[in-house]
Amino acid sequence: MSASRPKLTVASLTAGFGENAAIRDISLELHANAVTAIIGPSGCGKSTLLRCLNRMHELGAGAWVKGGVRLDGDDLYGAPVDPVQVRRRIGMVFQRPNPFPSLSIFENVASGLKLSGMPRKDLEALVQSSLEQAALWDEVKDRLHRSALALSGGQQQRLCIARALAVDPQVLLMDEPASALDPIATARIEELIHELKRRLTVVVVTHNMQQAARISSHTAFLYMGELVEYDRTEVLFTNPKVRRTEDYVTGKFG
Amino acid sequence: MTMNPTHTDREYEADLHSLRERLLLMGGLVEEMIRDALKAAIDRDADLARAVIERDKQVNRSEVEVDKLCLRILALRQPAASDLRFVTFALKVVTDVERIGDLAVNVAQRASELAADPPLPLPPEISKMSEVVQVMLHQALDAFVRSDAEAAEAVAQRDDEVDALYRQLFDRELALMRSDPAAVDRAARQLFLAKHLERLADHVQNVAEMVIFMARGKDVRHPHSREAED
Amino acid sequence: MSGVSFRRRAVNAVMLGLMGLCTLLAVGVLLFILGFLFVKGASSLNWAFLTKLPKPVGESGGGMANAILGSFKVLALATAIGFPIGFLAGVYLSEYGHGPFPAVVRYVTDLLNGVPSIVMGVFAYTLVVLPMKHFSAIAGGLALGVMMIPIAVRSTEEFLRGVPRDLREAAMALGSRKWRSIASVVVPTAAQGILTAVMLDLARVAGETAPLLFTSFNNRFWSPGWNQPTATLPVMIFTYAISPYDDWHRQAWAAGFLLLASIFAINIAARFLVSRGFSHSH
Repeated sequence: MSASRPKLTVASLTAGFGENAAIRDISLELHANAVTAIIGPSGCGKSTLLRCLNRMHELGAGAWVKGGVRLDGDDLYGAPVDPVQVRRRIGMVFQRPNPFPSLSIFENVASGLKLSGMPRKDLEALVQSSLEQAALWDEVKDRLHRSALALSGGQQQRLCIARALAVDPQVLLMDEPASALDPIATARIEELIHELKRRLTVVVVTHNMQQAARISSHTAFLYMGELVEYDRTEVLFTNPKVRRTEDYVTGKFG
Repeated sequence: MTMNPTHTDREYEADLHSLRERLLLMGGLVEEMIRDALKAAIDRDADLARAVIERDKQVNRSEVEVDKLCLRILALRQPAASDLRFVTFALKVVTDVERIGDLAVNVAQRASELAADPPLPLPPEISKMSEVVQVMLHQALDAFVRSDAEAAEAVAQRDDEVDALYRQLFDRELALMRSDPAAVDRAARQLFLAKHLERLADHVQNVAEMVIFMARGKDVRHPHSREAED
Repeated sequence: MSGVSFRRRAVNAVMLGLMGLCTLLAVGVLLFILGFLFVKGASSLNWAFLTKLPKPVGESGGGMANAILGSFKVLALATAIGFPIGFLAGVYLSEYGHGPFPAVVRYVTDLLNGVPSIVMGVFAYTLVVLPMKHFSAIAGGLALGVMMIPIAVRSTEEFLRGVPRDLREAAMALGSRKWRSIASVVVPTAAQGILTAVMLDLARVAGETAPLLFTSFNNRFWSPGWNQPTATLPVMIFTYAISPYDDWHRQAWAAGFLLLASIFAINIAARFLVSRGFSHSH
């Protein structure tokens, strides 16, 4: 088995709001060109952990972060680092599809470039390429200039993925990307994730254990803000080392 | 947190419980069959032998039921970790237990034949083998109940004992057959009986190895055929 | 127990009747005003009225073309003053407004909304008319513009707050600066609602008379530029209504009808915008 070099390294990450810590002292390494799943019961801190990776957590009121995250060795929380730059290298897709309602499909995909102030040459080719990568091109190529809201839930989510891909990130974070979708749309998103990992590093937060088992090569189990176990997915689901992981994975709580 | 938390899904918990019960019942049944078959052989009791052969039908029915239950659990509950190992254990072990039942039937058949022969004592190896095999099966079932990998390991190793006893008996019977052609019939039947016991021990060893897998998540079968693992 | 249920049903019926009566009363008043204005004014609304200047005192005929244009100018200036200030303040309160200072701003805005319109007139008079030493459209526009500010602020803030949080997050997650996400995503999403609110704000202010009485004052002629006293419909109605001339009374009715019709038109246009907006986004 080839060893993937760690793409993202999380070191003693502690973060929270006001007086409460949502996650405590989490350290792990996320591998390049692989899908890592983060699982755990509600309120365990998985979304907080994810949002610390692209410095979105700090946008909340009273939010604070201690510890570090490194991308290819670069400290993302270092003093001279601009969080906006971090978010261009690490993209994010949310639980509910959120295309911009005032823009057409084409404009939505291109919006990332406009918003991040990147040069917009060759826009049409880029939009097409992003939509193809998101497996949406064939379905929308004849109505690029219609409103994004006319699409179904699953299509909207793929549009959001295309939008995130258009700025060419190295890492894609997905916060329960399929939880608002029906099973067929979910399956397509999972297939898409499978394709995406060839070019990107993907981190998926999910409350659906079977989904984590299907799509990821490594899984991290969080409980009450702490990292309980992190291992290859097939090990975690057939022979976990920690009793609590075992109990969660077999459905004894959560 | 409770000592032994149960599954949030009560029906799932009930399914797993039911599976466990059936396996234990089946195990108990074949244990009885072996005991009675060997008793029939030693006591030259043809009626007891017949009773054993009848009981095999129950074992076969149980095998079908266990398979059905396992399939249902796999389809409906998506078992993971220890539950998954338990269900795969059950699927595999049930074939070994069914074979043990069949072998008990074979022993019973030999017992019927021996009952028709003149009342000569059986070789000591056979008595010894019967004793060991019965103890092995009993301890393997215990190890399953307690998920005790160490006890299962001990059982698996005793198979060597049985193999050694068999080889010993084989050599002796062969010598006997060469020296006394009249004794060939009887010697052959005794050899078959011993062979059944040796196969029995092999199957019990399989069961023990599967218990180790279930308890520890390590597959310890066929150590000599394996490549270097991760 | 049928006695209890009978009593309850009786009370229910009486209350229903009372409410129906009040509704009829409210609607009736509106219909009455509309009907009255229509009957009295529509017949006087003719081409001459719309295009001619007022005739000298005493003579009949003529129109209110200058007042129509004057109202237009003053309201345009009011919008140009009130909307940008109100809008930007609303953006500030919605997007950056946490803490004690924004709370004060909101409170002051609400207070401003409650200032009587004539006091606004005094404010504009002191600030513009006195230094300039004459009445002007600028003063009138300023008075009405300041009156538009509070509603523009609150509407903008409300509609921006109505934009779901995940749209802002999506924009930020793409690597956007905050101001850019506001300008490119949040405001366009709320644009329809804000525009509607401004139109309704304008409609509300279009009928104000008191502040105009001593800011833009009145004029029997055209008022080129912005520095002259300017005729407006509300002030003309006031002047003509209290005059002794029947012809002027007739023209006042026509002006009243025109004013009301215009305000209605703005209201209906605003609602049309909203409904079209909904079908567009769903």
